[in-house]
Amino acid sequence: MKLAKLATIGAALAVASSVVSTAAVADLVFPSLSYRTGPYAVNGIPFADGYADYMTLVNERDGGIGGVKIKLIECETGYNTEKGVECYESTKGEGSLVYQPLSTGITYQLIPKATADGIPVHSMGYGRTSAANGKIFSHIFNYPANYWNGASLAINHILAENGDDIKGKKIALVYHNSAYGKEPIRTLEELAKKHGYTFTGIPVDHPGQEQKSQWLQIRRERPDYVLMWGWGVMNQVAIQEAANIRYPMDQFIGIWWSGSENDVLPTGDKANGYKALTFHGTGSDFPVYADIQKHVVDAGKAAGNGDQVGTVLYSRGMYAAMLAVEAARTAQEIHGATELTPAQMRDGMEALEMTEAKMAALGLPGFGPEFSVSCDNHGGPGLGAVQQWDAAAKKWTMVSDFGPSDMEVIQALIDEDSSAFAAENKIEERKCG
Amino acid sequence: MSANFLYTIEVILNGLMAGVMYSLVALGFVLIFKASGIFNYAQGVMALFAAMTLVGIQQGQVPFAHLINAAFGTKIHHFGWTVPALMAILLTLVVMILFAILVERIVLKHLVNQEPIILFMATIGLAYFMEGMGDLMWGSELKTLDIGLPSGGSLWLEEATVGWGAEGSGFYGLFIDKLDIVATGVALALVISLTLFSQYTKTGRALRAVADDHQAALSVGISLRKIWVIVWAIAGFVAMVAGIMWGAKSGVQFSLSLIALKALPVLILGGFTSIPGAIIGGLIIGVGEKLFEFSIGPMIGGATENWFAYVLALVFLIFRPQGLFGDKIIERV
Amino acid sequence: MFYRQAGDFKTTYREDIHTFPLRQDRIGYYILLAFAFLVVPFIINDYWASAVLLPFLIMSIAALGLNVLTGYCGQVSLGTAGFMAVGAYSCYKLMTAFPELSIIIVVLTSGVITALVGLLFGIPSLRIKGFYLAVATLAAQFFLVWLFNKVPWFYNNSASGQISAPVRDIAGVMVTGPEAQAWAKYLFCLVLVVVLAWLTRNLTRGRIGRSWMAIRDMDIAAEIIGVNPLKTKLSAFGVSSFLIGVSGALYFSVYLGAVEVGEVFGIQKSFLVLFMIIIGGLGSIFGSFAGAAFLVLMPVLLKNIMVAGLGWPTDIAAHIEFVIVGGLIIFFLIVEPHGLAQLWRLTKEKLLLWPFPH
Repeated sequence: MKLAKLATIGAALAVASSVVSTAAVADLVFPSLSYRTGPYAVNGIPFADGYADYMTLVNERDGGIGGVKIKLIECETGYNTEKGVECYESTKGEGSLVYQPLSTGITYQLIPKATADGIPVHSMGYGRTSAANGKIFSHIFNYPANYWNGASLAINHILAENGDDIKGKKIALVYHNSAYGKEPIRTLEELAKKHGYTFTGIPVDHPGQEQKSQWLQIRRERPDYVLMWGWGVMNQVAIQEAANIRYPMDQFIGIWWSGSENDVLPTGDKANGYKALTFHGTGSDFPVYADIQKHVVDAGKAAGNGDQVGTVLYSRGMYAAMLAVEAARTAQEIHGATELTPAQMRDGMEALEMTEAKMAALGLPGFGPEFSVSCDNHGGPGLGAVQQWDAAAKKWTMVSDFGPSDMEVIQALIDEDSSAFAAENKIEERKCG
Repeated sequence: MSANFLYTIEVILNGLMAGVMYSLVALGFVLIFKASGIFNYAQGVMALFAAMTLVGIQQGQVPFAHLINAAFGTKIHHFGWTVPALMAILLTLVVMILFAILVERIVLKHLVNQEPIILFMATIGLAYFMEGMGDLMWGSELKTLDIGLPSGGSLWLEEATVGWGAEGSGFYGLFIDKLDIVATGVALALVISLTLFSQYTKTGRALRAVADDHQAALSVGISLRKIWVIVWAIAGFVAMVAGIMWGAKSGVQFSLSLIALKALPVLILGGFTSIPGAIIGGLIIGVGEKLFEFSIGPMIGGATENWFAYVLALVFLIFRPQGLFGDKIIERV
Repeated sequence: MFYRQAGDFKTTYREDIHTFPLRQDRIGYYILLAFAFLVVPFIINDYWASAVLLPFLIMSIAALGLNVLTGYCGQVSLGTAGFMAVGAYSCYKLMTAFPELSIIIVVLTSGVITALVGLLFGIPSLRIKGFYLAVATLAAQFFLVWLFNKVPWFYNNSASGQISAPVRDIAGVMVTGPEAQAWAKYLFCLVLVVVLAWLTRNLTRGRIGRSWMAIRDMDIAAEIIGVNPLKTKLSAFGVSSFLIGVSGALYFSVYLGAVEVGEVFGIQKSFLVLFMIIIGGLGSIFGSFAGAAFLVLMPVLLKNIMVAGLGWPTDIAAHIEFVIVGGLIIFFLIVEPHGLAQLWRLTKEKLLLWPFPH
């Protein structure tokens, strides 16, 4: 029996290794650590579809980047850290250019590992916030916005609604009781000192199917605004409970991971007016969707079921892919080469500049904020906008422009946290410029 | 009345309601444990599977669509019809009965007379299997469950009680979710009908006989296999009810299978073998954890409910190791 | 014919109490060890280390630990991941508070700290039994995870709430941190696995192990013949938690390097370890390894066959993986309810007679 088992394992490995060795060297390899299964599959599917579809589009329409085809390797993590490690190890040997870990746990895993291996990581709107300090995190990028920007953007939105005076207002944060959910607390506390509002944090334990206590507390204390850092089933239940206690939905603002169609649809009409932060556009009114329809969906090359096109998380996946492709293009220009190494890709990401003209040319006018990345700032300027759910039309609409966040407060926090990390891990600061 | 007192009442009321929701899940465990001594780890996944099947049937989804599309390059997703809610529930019930028969045929038949831990393990295998199968059949996207259940706070109660609070205390009136009221009604109906069923029907009596003593039941000619199919089918039905109630709130998605974790402390508290125990255990846990979160929670950082339910159960167990209503443990050498 | 007992004579008592009484078994075991120590380190790469061997070795220790408690002493526990978290966080606190301390001492001390915590949560076992105890240990699981999440002291007040392992070396060879070589991490874990398995094996064969088994088989009867249930149950909790704590410390420092407690040491991990020992075989050292191998290697193997080999979409492959693993669990239970260890035992018995079964 043991022999038979060994034999099967051996056979499988032979299969696995043969695949590894046949990978064409000339392709630009983009791994996609997706999670189409597990507790967060609901959110993982549209993101993975968007990421894959845009890559397919670039291959089909433009014949790749600078004439070199893209090879997308999808690897299922199930949002599980151990599987993420397996995915990273199995794909890094194939010339992977950039990783999008798509989970807080996997991101923290990859920060030291990928840096040691010289492969850049792009954690877009998640992961370690202080990785924005490029002097310490040489291979980690989290442009265009991070959680602390998000917290500040929400406060800015509230400021704008109240004529810049929120002294004495009560703002509550409903958060997933994990590292992710606790991210904005420091920033919100700092901003409370600055703007004079009172801040209450209300944790919800994983997975968050039962939130009676939390929402009864909100009903009792009646905060003027409720912010939410939720994930997975917690989002749907929170929005449902908020509707149940008839909390005014337009004073309820979620982070970008609590602002997809999936989160509001189960609540139906009562979710109308719920707001969420975002750092990219949404909806299918952009010219690029015509291309996706023509070259990808109609050609039968759509990833997954092909029914997610145009949703918020699909847009986010597509946006991530677009930024990766543009960074690769930038890298090709800098190094005058068409085939890239991860190190060259890193340089491309560091020199990435997104302008309105560039986005318009790609069929995505006004889709994201204009920003540029630099050696010491891997996080971009932290611009973001607010979108609002229209339950009747079943779609999100933008209710603000991409506005700035309070970098004065945030930069100080970033510097503090990143230098603590550098001290603990004995990392020397890089010289920039 | 002082606002604080009223808030406490509100918390207790909502705790009772949450407790009923936990009991709904716990009931399924108790049924199977009573009849076959199996701790059914797959109960949570059964709730998920049933809810997925219900939505799938209701919306006319093609089962295994994703697999078929991947294998044959087709693009089918929906049959293009929708089935009325009641009809869909009945069809789901049929699926759950089929499932019960399959479980008995393929798994339980071969494991008669094994130790409890082995049977427990088999249900774990079952849970894995169903988790994969459910996703394969219906896809893992979020599904909205809409069979016309009410939701939102009860306005009537709010208006009736808003005057109780002192002037200027900012009391809103008591809050109760309408869905919870429905859940309570359903749970009551379930318990009553299950009790009636087991007291006054032949099958029900056979069921109780099996629960008391497998060997004796066999010797008077009760077919153990038939009973098991019936019990699993009923547990499947209870799982579906739990899936509907919980799924109405959050949509049908993977996390639905995690509600089993909320039922475990209820089970230990009420005893694995008692149907009323499941209800009363649920109520105690519901009220206990909500009151704790309300009074002590803010002092120690909140989000205490998950562990407090278990600690509460543990404290009860130290005084009554067989749970509140469990059969007395008699030990002989 | 090839595997036989005949002619294998024992002339001393020492020889009679060998762990592997048959010479062929012994030789096989030494060959396996030699292969693991002398060959694998030279052919190992990052993928094999991080995706296959490290999780297998470390989970084996956890399975060994739980097997002591559940398999040998009969106390079902679902708090394994919580205790692993204790190990991991002790390891982190020790590493950052005493940077000069050798990693070996850190890991073992983490085990000792976990053992103390385990003793504390073992006390209710004196009154509560069976599944009731299992669910009671869940209290430990949820409480510990909540605690590590809530109290900033445990993660040194870092803004992220995650802990990450600093770089440590043994005699100049790095074993933790991103620069550590695959072979170094592997050998470090392997040495610990071999030493701990050897210790456990001998513990279970001695007086303590026998008293555990007496309690497992019937605690009242055991009490009457003079086995002290308090001492016995608590010693099982202590030894078990020590092993689990060591595995938690390794899981954090050597394997993952960064941990978020709710995600890595959640309730799912507790169940996983329990599945390992039931599939592998309760009350068997070999079973702990077999179960860990089954549940760690099987998914990786299936994934490689379906995704890399057959080129199926990753999500369908992941779903089918669940179906197959579930199906296999049921299949193995039907074929042999007492786990892979019993299957292995039966195979050996059949081999002794083969090809003449009578």
